[in-house]
Amino acid sequence: MRDASPARTYALHIGVIALLFALNFILPDYHQSLFARIMALAVFAMGYNLLFGYVGLLSLGHAMFFSAGLYGAGLTVYHLGWGVPEAFVAGIACGALLALVIGLLALRTSGVAFMIVTMMFAQVFYLLILYFAAWTGGDQGLVIQQASRVVSIGAASFDLTDPTVRYVAALALFSVVLLITLAVVRSRFGRVLVAIRENEERTRMLGYDTVANKLAAVVASGAICAASGAAYALLFGYVGSNFASIQYSILPLLWVLLGGAATTLGPLVGTLFMYYVTDITSGFTSAYLLIVGVALILLVLFAPKGIMGSIRERWLGWLP
Amino acid sequence: MMPLLTTKGLSRNFGGLRAVDGVDFALMPGEIRAVIGPNGAGKTTFVSLLSGRIRPSSGAVVFDGADITAMPAYKRVRLGVAYTFQITSVFANLTAFDNVALPVQRTLTDGRSKGQVRSGVMAALERTGLADRAGTLSAHLSYGHQRLLEVAMGLALKPRLLILDEPTQGLADSEIDNFITLVREIAKDATVLLIEHNMPVVMQLADRITVFNSGKILAEGTPDEIRANRQVQDAYLGATHG
Repeated sequence: MRDASPARTYALHIGVIALLFALNFILPDYHQSLFARIMALAVFAMGYNLLFGYVGLLSLGHAMFFSAGLYGAGLTVYHLGWGVPEAFVAGIACGALLALVIGLLALRTSGVAFMIVTMMFAQVFYLLILYFAAWTGGDQGLVIQQASRVVSIGAASFDLTDPTVRYVAALALFSVVLLITLAVVRSRFGRVLVAIRENEERTRMLGYDTVANKLAAVVASGAICAASGAAYALLFGYVGSNFASIQYSILPLLWVLLGGAATTLGPLVGTLFMYYVTDITSGFTSAYLLIVGVALILLVLFAPKGIMGSIRERWLGWLP
Repeated sequence: MMPLLTTKGLSRNFGGLRAVDGVDFALMPGEIRAVIGPNGAGKTTFVSLLSGRIRPSSGAVVFDGADITAMPAYKRVRLGVAYTFQITSVFANLTAFDNVALPVQRTLTDGRSKGQVRSGVMAALERTGLADRAGTLSAHLSYGHQRLLEVAMGLALKPRLLILDEPTQGLADSEIDNFITLVREIAKDATVLLIEHNMPVVMQLADRITVFNSGKILAEGTPDEIRANRQVQDAYLGATHG
């Protein structure tokens, strides 16, 4: 039961955050950088999981929310000279607003039609980025200079190009979003979202405006994915149209499926797993995608609920 | 006394079929009303029009003095019109607790009840005898218990009108006796409208019976009156009398 042991659940999540913080001091430079990237992208996966895992809405267009954040933050820094905090907020606002509009339109459909509609909107967004190349840099993208990526808080200033600052910043965002996700899925709102996934008609007949709840979930999901995109632009200093391509709509789906849909820690585990399988295998062979593919097939065959989903099913039933 | 619910000329067409055809109906507060009729008589369509799951082609539905004809189903639920499904549709992958928590937190949000989600849920589960199964996934409950869980969910909505669509379908005889006791208890603070095929249940429970045939009300009256009604016998038995 959901309310059985909140202390244990929170202890686990705080423990994961503490472990990631400790890794900052242990990991060699290369892996420290890779982990920062993974944590930033795990936020993307968590945003996707909120909609896909908990509400059961399969979107094939989440690249647009990620890149709304990416460009929302990147372009305001690049063209308007905004500071990092303002640009970060601008990125999230762009993603939330876009998600509101897309949600209002796409939620008129469901199932396969929802997948196609979201994918089409994402393609429109991608082509718009290429079309307005004068501002967006088109397929070349834009590089955000080091000088624009310094945050000043009072007398202290943090250079986001510094590996440790970058790692801690990525971890901070990851931790906040992880705890928000955990709080949401344990809340009354989260219970309604799961009910919609399980049986929307029944949920409506219990007095819930299911369309409004789904719209709220799309906006929350879009805002989280945009936060990931905005952080990515500011931490890694590159804004490019490839992040808006269909590949970046499929990736969060893969990460979530691998890690375990509708588990709070699954998105991190899935992103980590996928990155390291790619990283390790590409060291041995140029045909590393073949090995990644085999790994994916094995997981789908033997652990269709993903890594955390299988752990929950077999051993730890209390995992959120 | 003012009726809790009335319909005026309520109709619903599916293509050329008039599933519900100009029904005038009134339900008094506190009564247990049974709706009976042969298969395809329009009973489920009729209660779906009341609960708002489908929209009428014409006519009006008035609940507690307010016209709710155009009101979406979820808002009717918040007014106190609860509907339990003909086919068991509990949330199979959620625990019994979470199933009941959904309606409980709804009434808390609407300000129609007070207190904690947990205590409201346990009260509804205790009333239906499911308290010791709170943590069980509802998919793992027996069919009879799933039907009871369905009723617990309806109860937890604090309904003023509880619509039960074939509640005893698939229940064992022993379970039916418990069920009759339960409905009598529910009727102490709510009006109950039930579609039922099991005649002994109908005769024991209902204050009044409405008989549907071909989308229209064929007869209405006390159980004894309905039992004696020649037209009703014809509709059920297909007999022809000279």
